[in-house]
Amino acid sequence: MDFGLTDDQREIQRTARELLAERAKPERVREHAEAGRTDTELWAELGGLGWPGIAVAEAHGGQGLGAVEQAILCEELGRSVAPVPFLPTVLAATLIEHAGSPAQQERWLPGLASGALTGAGGAPGLLPGAADADVLVLLVEGGARVLSAEEARPAPAASIDPTRPAAFVTTGADGGQALPGDVEAATDHALVPVAAELVGVCASALEMTVAYVKDRRQFGSAVGAFQAVSHRCAQMLLDTEGARSAVSFAAWAADADPARLAEAAAMAKAAASDAGREVTEAAIQLHGGIGFTWEADVHWRYKRAQLDGALLGGATEHRARLARILAARVGPPAPA
Amino acid sequence: MDLTFSAKETAFRDELSGWLAANPPGPAPADGGEEAQYGWRRDWQRRLYEGGWVAPAWPVEHGGRGATLTESAIYFEELGRARVPLPANVLGLLLGGPTLMVWGTPEQNERYLDPILSGEEIWCQGFSEPEAGSDLASLKTKAVADGDDWVVTGQKVWTSGAQHAKWCMLVARTESGLAKKHQGLTYFLMDMEQEEIQVRPLRQITGESEFNELFIEGARIPAENVVGGVGNGWKVALTTLMNERAGLGFALQVRMRQLLDDLCAAAAERGRLDDPLYADRLADLHVRCETIRLLAWKGLTDVERYGQPGPEGSLVKWLWSDSNQRLTQLAVDVLGPDALAADAPWSYELLRARGNTIEGGTTEILKNIVAERVLGLPRLAAA
Repeated sequence: MDFGLTDDQREIQRTARELLAERAKPERVREHAEAGRTDTELWAELGGLGWPGIAVAEAHGGQGLGAVEQAILCEELGRSVAPVPFLPTVLAATLIEHAGSPAQQERWLPGLASGALTGAGGAPGLLPGAADADVLVLLVEGGARVLSAEEARPAPAASIDPTRPAAFVTTGADGGQALPGDVEAATDHALVPVAAELVGVCASALEMTVAYVKDRRQFGSAVGAFQAVSHRCAQMLLDTEGARSAVSFAAWAADADPARLAEAAAMAKAAASDAGREVTEAAIQLHGGIGFTWEADVHWRYKRAQLDGALLGGATEHRARLARILAARVGPPAPA
Repeated sequence: MDLTFSAKETAFRDELSGWLAANPPGPAPADGGEEAQYGWRRDWQRRLYEGGWVAPAWPVEHGGRGATLTESAIYFEELGRARVPLPANVLGLLLGGPTLMVWGTPEQNERYLDPILSGEEIWCQGFSEPEAGSDLASLKTKAVADGDDWVVTGQKVWTSGAQHAKWCMLVARTESGLAKKHQGLTYFLMDMEQEEIQVRPLRQITGESEFNELFIEGARIPAENVVGGVGNGWKVALTTLMNERAGLGFALQVRMRQLLDDLCAAAAERGRLDDPLYADRLADLHVRCETIRLLAWKGLTDVERYGQPGPEGSLVKWLWSDSNQRLTQLAVDVLGPDALAADAPWSYELLRARGNTIEGGTTEILKNIVAERVLGLPRLAAA
């Protein structure tokens, strides 16, 4: 039993945090968010470093590392709410890698792994990252379809989170190609990076809030000394750490014990979606009036948490899945 | 990250579960009240002792197996899974013995450790007082030197097992008027078999009496029963408190898992597991229960890896106590009034769970600990 990261994994975490502290400063995030566009410079740099393909097999141009390493990057990118299509691209790549045909993998994965292509993945409708995506994987009734941008013709539509330009996407039954593999299992793999990004969003919302309530003084005291405030901060930590442990388990299961992934991924997404909402709404509340202002940068986390929370199913949907797993364990009711 | 157990750990688990299956404690006594229950747990401890399974975490030279933290956690998981009771002398095993191993003299270790293991001498914990609960360092019980003895006067409360105990881990004030309230405290081993100590059971909301009040009027403690030096009691007490729940959390998590499994089965029988409103709440408890398990293991592997616990210790206790209350309350929703019959198992669980957020550190104190020590938030100046 060891929840710790390996030296290599810690190195990935450290370099990612340092790079993003430098390249995805709050003012740069705000500038791109206000313009509603991707930070193409940063995205090119991340592609050069091989980040988008970290978990893509080497045969398809990736680094061939695992879900744990990918989750580390997602968490760091979530912390900075960097305006890059990393998560949407990873979702498309993950779905194609785990459910695509060899031909589909060959066609799309090298480009997605290098960042030369960007992707988006999820259910039809408003889809984060779809405005600029070259390839889209749409989860539809009974399967998934992969479409090029020309086939999907996404209709750009602003979402509340402009750090990740979204589009409305629909598909007819004949749009693109069906993924022939196990889409359900592939979707479980895809849940892990979403949940990991949410943990990063939570962690940074908590850090910002703790820094603020230590600094802000009212009634002759830092407001963080008041228990109505400090106890809510403690709750933010509990929510964040609980989600983090569930995500760690899911990332580990994705790499090492796929038989447990369905349950682990549902738990991770349920915990992280709830934590994302609770922690970022607490962050706004504990910043007081400042938290409601555009300048405070707390709202980018709230908005990202809302989009990620809904992506690939929210907490309620994943709890419903878990309830079905629990029911299957109990078995059919005994005859009267 | 490797969330599997090593071959050695798996062998440890298999050996223990095999032993537990071959040496069950037998059914709990149906009547005879708490005395009979306690005798049953004492017999069970004797059997664990003779089988070499009473305190695997203790070093081999003190009668344990030198088990690792992971193995110790496995031990409590397996006790929970086998649905056997904890040994009668749980406070001596988990708190008293480990504290002596850190602070006790060789003579004290020689004298006290084996009777703790065998259950021959039961231990209780005299820390809390009516005016010193969460604020433990403000305790008032006094010990005054008198020749080679200390003479103790004061009152203790929430002393579980005091009616059965031979020894009390007592923290008393040996010097007053010092700058800070946690100075001038001393940690003693007090013989409970003296007339100057009166034990009065506290009846709790379940109707049972796990806890007692101690009224101490001039009880005597020989100087050799000071642990860790006169005036050093706060540090020694912290060692005891740090050991509180180390490992025990795993048994509590397993117990919660069993209750949740029982509740899911009961819900399925009544067709409630297909009802989305019930299903959502049960699934939420499932996520919480698994999160407790993962956080507990994460905390433990942090200690093994970095030598110090992360924030998980307080988080596990907080999340477990809150979740156990939700679980028992949901059982009443699922089962209806039947759950509330005086002799229904769920009614006991419901009532007992109210203590979970109070005992061993209230949730409010845990939040303070998390806010101050983990998040580094300023402390509100005490009024």
